[in-house]
Amino acid sequence: MMDVFLDPTMLADFLATSLRLSVPIVFAALGGVLAERSGVYNIGLEGMMLAGAFGAAAGTFFTGSPFVGLVSGTLTGAMTAMILAVLAVSLGVTQIVAGIAINIFSIGITAFLSRIVFSGQANTMTLPGYKAFALPGLAAIPILGPILFHQDALVYLMYVTVPLLFLLMFRTPWGLSIRAVGENPRAADTAGISVARVRYMCVLGSGALAGLGGCYLVLAQVYLFSEHMSAGKGFIALAAIILGRWNPVGAFFACLLFGFFDALQLRLQFANPEVPYQAFIILPYAVSILALVGLVGKPTPPGAVGIPYEREGK
Amino acid sequence: MLGLLRAAYLLKGVWAILAALVVGSGLIWLGGSDPIEAYSALFKGAFLEYHGFATTLVKMSPILLAGLAVALPLRAGLFNIGAEGQIYLGALFATWAALYLPEMPGWIHIVICSIAGAIGGGLWALIPGYLKAYHGINEVIVTLLMNYIGINLVSYFVSGPMLADGAPYPYSDEIRDSLWLPHILPRSGAHFGVVIGVLLAIVLFVIFRRTSLGLSLATVGHNPAAARYAGIPVKRYVMMSLAFGGALAGLAGAYEVLGLKYRLFHMFSAGYGFDGIVVALLAEANPLLVTVAALFLAGLRSGANIMQRAVGVPTTVVEAIQGLVIIFVAASIAFRFEKSTLAGIVRRRKAITAALAKESIEERGP
Repeated sequence: MMDVFLDPTMLADFLATSLRLSVPIVFAALGGVLAERSGVYNIGLEGMMLAGAFGAAAGTFFTGSPFVGLVSGTLTGAMTAMILAVLAVSLGVTQIVAGIAINIFSIGITAFLSRIVFSGQANTMTLPGYKAFALPGLAAIPILGPILFHQDALVYLMYVTVPLLFLLMFRTPWGLSIRAVGENPRAADTAGISVARVRYMCVLGSGALAGLGGCYLVLAQVYLFSEHMSAGKGFIALAAIILGRWNPVGAFFACLLFGFFDALQLRLQFANPEVPYQAFIILPYAVSILALVGLVGKPTPPGAVGIPYEREGK
Repeated sequence: MLGLLRAAYLLKGVWAILAALVVGSGLIWLGGSDPIEAYSALFKGAFLEYHGFATTLVKMSPILLAGLAVALPLRAGLFNIGAEGQIYLGALFATWAALYLPEMPGWIHIVICSIAGAIGGGLWALIPGYLKAYHGINEVIVTLLMNYIGINLVSYFVSGPMLADGAPYPYSDEIRDSLWLPHILPRSGAHFGVVIGVLLAIVLFVIFRRTSLGLSLATVGHNPAAARYAGIPVKRYVMMSLAFGGALAGLAGAYEVLGLKYRLFHMFSAGYGFDGIVVALLAEANPLLVTVAALFLAGLRSGANIMQRAVGVPTTVVEAIQGLVIIFVAASIAFRFEKSTLAGIVRRRKAITAALAKESIEERGP
């Protein structure tokens, strides 16, 4: 087992796997950061990711094009987020309840629709998807090259998305509006920002990002859709958001940590075939909880997260 | 007229279910079947036929107990999304007590197995409860993640240390038949678990409505600052309400083993912990309404199989309908009579009448 960490090629391989396993969590966590910064708690990330995975599989299944799958998966994630937006922003329903509703609904509807769409062959077919390719030049960098720049297109998309979201949040007037709405919606409203519009945009964007995470599962990891394939990754993303202090870059690194432990448990499974594999699957979930417990200092969520905003004087 | 309208608002759970069934009929149609035929097969099978109804009662036992497991912490403003994991831990502890404790008279051993199950679920929920109360860690995330740990923990035990000799599939040894729960309907699988569930629902209802304990719990949920001011140990209430909720879910797991499966299987629960969330929210955490909602949801689940045989719709449509139920229930929370336009008009009308009456008194003079 230890030889993984001593042999440089094996280590690079291991870290590249860690990176790939963290991609879906990264996209979901970015989505969560966006929604929570605008004041909407998104427990439904898991469901949106699952819906995205289904959308990606269905789109690719019908057209044979992974790119169409990518678009349809992202849109399916955003459509699922629309439910959260309507419930939480327009109707003012408790956001946690709305999120739970989305998760349960998503598990049921994707299981049902996958029976109809793929008519029983969901677990046997193989969809076309994105394969790893070396980025010319960058891949030649020693050690880091093979880890970071011999990946598939969606990993490269992630490299772009993380800094972009950071810049959007902290360096643009839009980001200022988003954070204002999330910290103090009344003040933002007084300043002429439409709280509902900002929150709608952020929740929809959140769903699109979580949907992208789901696309990655289908189009770059397993190349098929299976029931409840998100398997709690959206919930791990929720922990990553807190660990990353509601900052896209922080959340990204927290997700890398979880990806690392996911890769580690896979290694442990192969190294110890005599131990039932479930003993190791537990690892990333347990690490998420322990990370929350061991967090130094008390994290401060955005001021208005979880509170429906209602204008006065209705 | 107004009373009728107020009643319509009170029955919003029923409207939510009806709306879900209407949208669900679209799904059934999409699946290539006649919705009316499918629904009538479902509900006739679930409630009107002897064996179908017995199956409904079998499924009602875990759903009801899990619903109470969610409802109890909900009174204190806490979301227990971990009932599924707590069910697994309850079943694990109960099976352990059934297989490895020395032999004793049947009913005493059943009680001990039940207690073991409650302890298993309770300890599992004590962890998020403690983390919430004393470290301020979001109980939603912790309970969610602990589901996956609990489910895999049981899989680990029945694939390894507790695996029965020669088992082709991960399960434990069978428990002694002296530990099997008595049946409540002859020649069927309906077991005593559902009766215990209903009794516990009544007990909880009385506690919530009639005792200072229930009042304290509600105060913690509505206004923790006021509760602290009134001398209620808020942290302990937070921790213990989750733990006791977990104990109820643990019982659900214990009775799945003692009443139905007689062994511990890997992945034995069909998402009953999540059904518990649906019924608790549908019933707005009222234990008696949880019972009604659990009966309905159990009917959906047992009728789904009959519907699949009768008209060929995949049983997963019921899971989709369940998802629709909870979405419409969530939406219905937003609709309160007090917030409706009509209620506003009535309020204004009363205010005007009162103002006019006051004016006419003043005009008449003293």
